[in-house]
Amino acid sequence: MLQRIRRAPPRYWLVGVVVLFFIGFPTVISSFLASEWAQALILAIAIMGLNILVGYSGQLSLGHGAFMALGAYTSAILAHRFKMDLVATIPIAGLLTGMVGFVFGIPALRLSALYLALATFALAVVTPSLIKRPAELTGGVQGIILTQPDPPAFAQSAYGFLTGTAMTSDQWIYYICLFCALILLWFAWNLVRHRPGRAMRAIRDGEVAAAASGVNIAGYKTLAFGISAFYAGIAGALFALAAGFVSPDTFPVSLSIQLLVGAVVGGLASIPGPLLGAVFAYFLPIESSQWVPNQSWIPDQIASTVKNAGPAVTYGAILILIMIFAPNGIVGLLHRGYVALNRRLRGAADRETGQMPPNPQTV
Amino acid sequence: MGRNPARLAAAAAFLVTLGACGGNPAPAPQTDVGITSNSILLGTTNALSGPAAAYGTIANAENAYFTYINGQGGVNGRKITFKIYDDAYNPAQTVPLTKQLVEQDQVFATFSGLGTQDQTSVRDYLNSKKVPQLFVATGATTFNKDFSSNPWTLGWQPPYQGESRIYAKDILQNHPNAKIGVLYQNDDYGQDYLKGLTDGLGASASLIVDKESFDVTAASPAAQLAKLKAANADTVFLFATPKPAVQSLVIITALHWTPTIYLNSVSNPQIYMAAAKKNGAALANVTSVSYIKDPTDPQWASDSGMQQYKTIIASCSTCKPDDGFNIYGVAVAYTMVDVLKQAGTNMTRKNAMDIAANRLNETNPFLLPGIKVKTTSSDHFAIMQEQVITWNGTGWTLQGSIIDERGTLK
Repeated sequence: MLQRIRRAPPRYWLVGVVVLFFIGFPTVISSFLASEWAQALILAIAIMGLNILVGYSGQLSLGHGAFMALGAYTSAILAHRFKMDLVATIPIAGLLTGMVGFVFGIPALRLSALYLALATFALAVVTPSLIKRPAELTGGVQGIILTQPDPPAFAQSAYGFLTGTAMTSDQWIYYICLFCALILLWFAWNLVRHRPGRAMRAIRDGEVAAAASGVNIAGYKTLAFGISAFYAGIAGALFALAAGFVSPDTFPVSLSIQLLVGAVVGGLASIPGPLLGAVFAYFLPIESSQWVPNQSWIPDQIASTVKNAGPAVTYGAILILIMIFAPNGIVGLLHRGYVALNRRLRGAADRETGQMPPNPQTV
Repeated sequence: MGRNPARLAAAAAFLVTLGACGGNPAPAPQTDVGITSNSILLGTTNALSGPAAAYGTIANAENAYFTYINGQGGVNGRKITFKIYDDAYNPAQTVPLTKQLVEQDQVFATFSGLGTQDQTSVRDYLNSKKVPQLFVATGATTFNKDFSSNPWTLGWQPPYQGESRIYAKDILQNHPNAKIGVLYQNDDYGQDYLKGLTDGLGASASLIVDKESFDVTAASPAAQLAKLKAANADTVFLFATPKPAVQSLVIITALHWTPTIYLNSVSNPQIYMAAAKKNGAALANVTSVSYIKDPTDPQWASDSGMQQYKTIIASCSTCKPDDGFNIYGVAVAYTMVDVLKQAGTNMTRKNAMDIAANRLNETNPFLLPGIKVKTTSSDHFAIMQEQVITWNGTGWTLQGSIIDERGTLK
């Protein structure tokens, strides 16, 4: 065991440090900030799922907000109408959404990239209207209000022992989100490094070649859809838990776009990418709309315009910059920087003989 | 003893400074979170961007009024600071932003948060934290009606049901043989209006010959209006938010149809009427109601309340003085300041809520003469009076006298 730990490659240590950081984080920040980071983790889960679909299997989806809505409403209805424990509804919401996603993946097989994008986009557009219809079940436009759970006794005492303060329900929800995110991250990691992941990448890079090598194209494509929807469903259920409220307007079309932006900015076809992408997609709009109006050096007229145009202006500008300077997302940029640094440290001698860095698009 | 006198002096100075920093040694019992000896912190969420960004100016107008009050020395020596966050009319953003106001910024109260869904999404949270959710900017009846179960939440403007009860009264008085067709938005907003109309007509509810609903995301309500015309309605009610309401006014003319039109007050600001006219609406026989002075109406040109409004709004560089939403913002901010003034030295959240729910009794210089903002221990609807207005081609004309529906909603 010790041997194995000692021989672990450095990136495993990095993973350990990051996990410890996320576990300890809420003990040093306010309960409110913990609730914001919980939201970012939820986005990270949804983006992770989208990344499996878009980044690894090469199918575009502009409708993942709809799968999140399904997960959120499944969880909310189970908790509100059938008095189930909110936390216990999370896996059910994930599985149900996963099944729906799997079924949706079957007609998607017949659609090529652009048409698939349109079909999923339509799904995102109709979802808010669809939710309003069975008003007795979904609460119609008024939505469903959920009571956030208090932390259980064991969490209370553990947290109290470590920090000496009482745990709030926002902090408890953060840990639930973190737990789900870690499990799903580990699952995604394993998935993409084994047979299904290789098959998906083969399909993405050349469908005909993959079929010739004996990859079950239809099977893996629908599987990718199903798994991806499963992630979105879990994210949706956590979303309902963290917000304490679901309504049709909670899942606008822009949510689906936000998820795709997060996936691309973080870095497609990478495992840490979704985490970075989620932090970007969640915090940048908030920060840009609150930061700009407080800067006295920006002329009033411009500040008020930016404020009224919302975060869109800053958000758009930064997005364009990232796409120009880091076309492979933040992870691609970090990787390029790491490789360049490594070369310089090793010197010119083994510049040509050094091990080839893995292409971020395929790892 | 050999004590160093310099050190002693320093220690004394330190103690004096410490005492000064501590302020009054007797703890002041009558303040609360968000209140200091010279400031009051309020916060709001509004739609500065997104699909309902037209409402965003309300928050800026409210801020203009608070700035005006601060310029006069504030409320009992305390200046009001107003935090405005943009939730883009999306409840998913209202939740974290409201948490930010309460937990990070530590506001005394949230004031005039916009939107029915948005404010519903945080109502439980604010009530569980016992933070006042005062004068929400929505007319959904629930915000005043359910005061007993949500004692930290109150609305201000006339509730939608109260408004349509006033229409019902007008119908029974002036058009007792009307054949009514109702076009309503298929959500809580439209249904609230419809319920008020049906309840208000009471035994005469059979005057309604047809009612058609449309979805707010639908492209246009043309098919529904054609059905209402085919049902031989001669009076049509438009219970719709501005965009579909403007479309409906245009479509009615395009159908060569000339019914009497009742337009809900949410969609009656001048800018929307102008948009309808520009797109070909005839705008004949349009009736609505109002409770606020219209900044474009020449009869208020020399009115002291209107002149005060013009002074206040001039300090907001992005606010258009003619926009009805701005005078709404100033008027509701007036009531907020009234609550704070009444609270006097007892500046607690509980006392502010108590005043807002039970002891409002005032005329507001920005509302039509005779309209009172009033609450009692048994009636928590602040404004329950409105006056019928008709469109004269270029503006609204006040008709008759104020109709009072106080006490009809419980």
